[in-house]
Amino acid sequence: MAYKIYIPIDSTALSLGANDVFEAISAEAQKRQINLNIVRNGSRGLFWLEPLVEVETEKGRVAFGPVSTNDVEKLFDNEFFLGREGELFLGLTDELSWLKNQERLTFARVGITDPLDIADYEKHSGFKGLKNAIKLEPQLIVKEVADSGLRGRGGAAFPTGIKWQTVLDTPSKTKYIVCNADEGDSGTFSDRMIMEDDPFVLIEGMIIAGMAVGAEYGYIYLRSEYPDAQHVLNKAIKIAKEKGYLGSNILGSGYNFDLEVTRAAGAYICGEETSLLESLEGKRGMVRYKPPLPAIEGLYGKPTVVNNVITLATVPIIMDKGALFYADFGMGRSKGTLPIQLAGNLKQTGLIEKAFGISLKELLYDFGGGSFTGKPIKAVQVGGPLGAFLPEAQFDTPLDYEKFSEINAVVGHGGIVAFDDATDMAKMARYSFEFCAIESCGKCTPCRIGSTRGMEVIDRIKEGVDQDKNEQLLRDLGETMVNGSLCAMGGMTPFPVISALNFFPKDFGLEKKETSA
Amino acid sequence: MLHLIKFKYNNEHTLIIIFIKMNLSESQRVTIEEHVETFLKKPGALLPLMHAIQDSLGYIPEDSYPIISAAFNLSIAEIHGFVTFYHHFRTSPSGKNILQVCRAESCQSMGSDGIESYCKKVLGIDYHETSKDGAITLEPVYCLGNCACSPSVMMNDKVIGRITPEKIDNIIKAAK
Repeated sequence: MAYKIYIPIDSTALSLGANDVFEAISAEAQKRQINLNIVRNGSRGLFWLEPLVEVETEKGRVAFGPVSTNDVEKLFDNEFFLGREGELFLGLTDELSWLKNQERLTFARVGITDPLDIADYEKHSGFKGLKNAIKLEPQLIVKEVADSGLRGRGGAAFPTGIKWQTVLDTPSKTKYIVCNADEGDSGTFSDRMIMEDDPFVLIEGMIIAGMAVGAEYGYIYLRSEYPDAQHVLNKAIKIAKEKGYLGSNILGSGYNFDLEVTRAAGAYICGEETSLLESLEGKRGMVRYKPPLPAIEGLYGKPTVVNNVITLATVPIIMDKGALFYADFGMGRSKGTLPIQLAGNLKQTGLIEKAFGISLKELLYDFGGGSFTGKPIKAVQVGGPLGAFLPEAQFDTPLDYEKFSEINAVVGHGGIVAFDDATDMAKMARYSFEFCAIESCGKCTPCRIGSTRGMEVIDRIKEGVDQDKNEQLLRDLGETMVNGSLCAMGGMTPFPVISALNFFPKDFGLEKKETSA
Repeated sequence: MLHLIKFKYNNEHTLIIIFIKMNLSESQRVTIEEHVETFLKKPGALLPLMHAIQDSLGYIPEDSYPIISAAFNLSIAEIHGFVTFYHHFRTSPSGKNILQVCRAESCQSMGSDGIESYCKKVLGIDYHETSKDGAITLEPVYCLGNCACSPSVMMNDKVIGRITPEKIDNIIKAAK
């Protein structure tokens, strides 16, 4: 009989040598004439333990990690394929506290299944949401999504139900579903994991969105830095077509829906929805004025749903288990769960899906285990390069859209990057401007020029030139950018800059006392 | 030099375009024309078209602009504006391999500064330059989605996490 072994194919696992481990284990098994059935699964999201090898046992899957090619012989000597305790043995995967303390809804299958095995997907509740949706009138699908309280997980947190309702209510023969997969924020990788590790859930979510609003075509606008995700998605789309989930008359429902992947070309600004639409139309990714909203005049002027990967990938479980099931998780107006990504200088990094309301402290120390370098954590940046830097005094803040808003911070796409006390926050603030200068589309003057002037002002402050005057200038520039930019690129770049200035003035060479939170 | 190029359009019309001064090799010109024809009727064609050209030729020759301009009824300025807007596209050939070093926040928190300067030092080049032997072009990148295992680099299509100077040495050695 064959022993069932799981070796991840997620690109972070691969970046740590999972393919080499796969080859070494296969070769060793052949040498010892042991019959292994190796499944290439997605990642369970415990990235500090990757490559994480799992073995199926009667009691459940047990984990070994992090496995390197040098460990393979020892693993076989110990007959790891029987799930036997020994070196690198971590116990039952589901009992690991990292996983046990999560509420995995969107990520229910991630790491468990073979990403491209559609039968495996169906066996794990796949397409149940779609089958329920087929039985409903479009208006009732939209109502279900609205009642779930789901908000845009890309960062703007706009209620998905309202967006869908607008597209449904706008009469047009042609409408589009556009999936924003231009996940450019540093510290985020949840979109990538869904696309590589459970691509059918995104496809299912897009089909449901199409049925709900009356769209028959979808695009996944995928960043060019994710070649693995592109291969997986294209294969998954092909398989879904063969099985009748995409194309004409889906599962005999009378609905038609098809989609394709469009590869982006390395412009961060194209994660902004109107810039993304311009890019999809084959133009420079210049931000559009709003209104008109994309829901009314979007791609090629047609009503368009633009949703992030996680938003769309969450729709199937809502349609499967019901709006109330989903809305039961979370706090206040932040309903449901958020896939949180722990990144940067932390001992234990990876994917945590939790109901809204968990504090940064719990995430950084209970899940994250403190800094990687062992030094105190000086600051964290939540929500990507446009998110504020938060000092330790704010680590009690619960992850909740409104609570973060109260402290001038954003939850964004749920990425958390930790920095230890060796970090120069003035340098980070300068980098925020530099990034804005590199990535600005150039439409708004405060963003296009302010970003470069901002770097110069920070340089002058650090050099001790007219510090009071230049500090005031920096704050004024921040206000101008916030109020004078069309989109979040220029409008939010001051968030990290001014928060760094407020909480870490010493790093700028300013002799004032640190402002308390 | 004079070129005559024909494109089939909707099986009814034939588009004929005449150019002068084109410094493309014959095979480059054929490749570009094939790709143009493939995407001629596709909405939003420019993005997949430029990817196709760059994937085939390694870069997008500026001498391809007149062909694209005529086929899509766009000005050369519009095409130039499009190509130069996107960091991924290049208008000159790269080295045999492209090494992208992540400069984003997560990698910075794990010391990517040191990796950046190490790469520049051992290759003897700055960003957007190619090593003398033509083996490696060095490029910055802003996030590879590998933030749980920072710092990271991408060698061609392969991401490598928890990068160290030793790992960089191995990458460079393998590229020679």
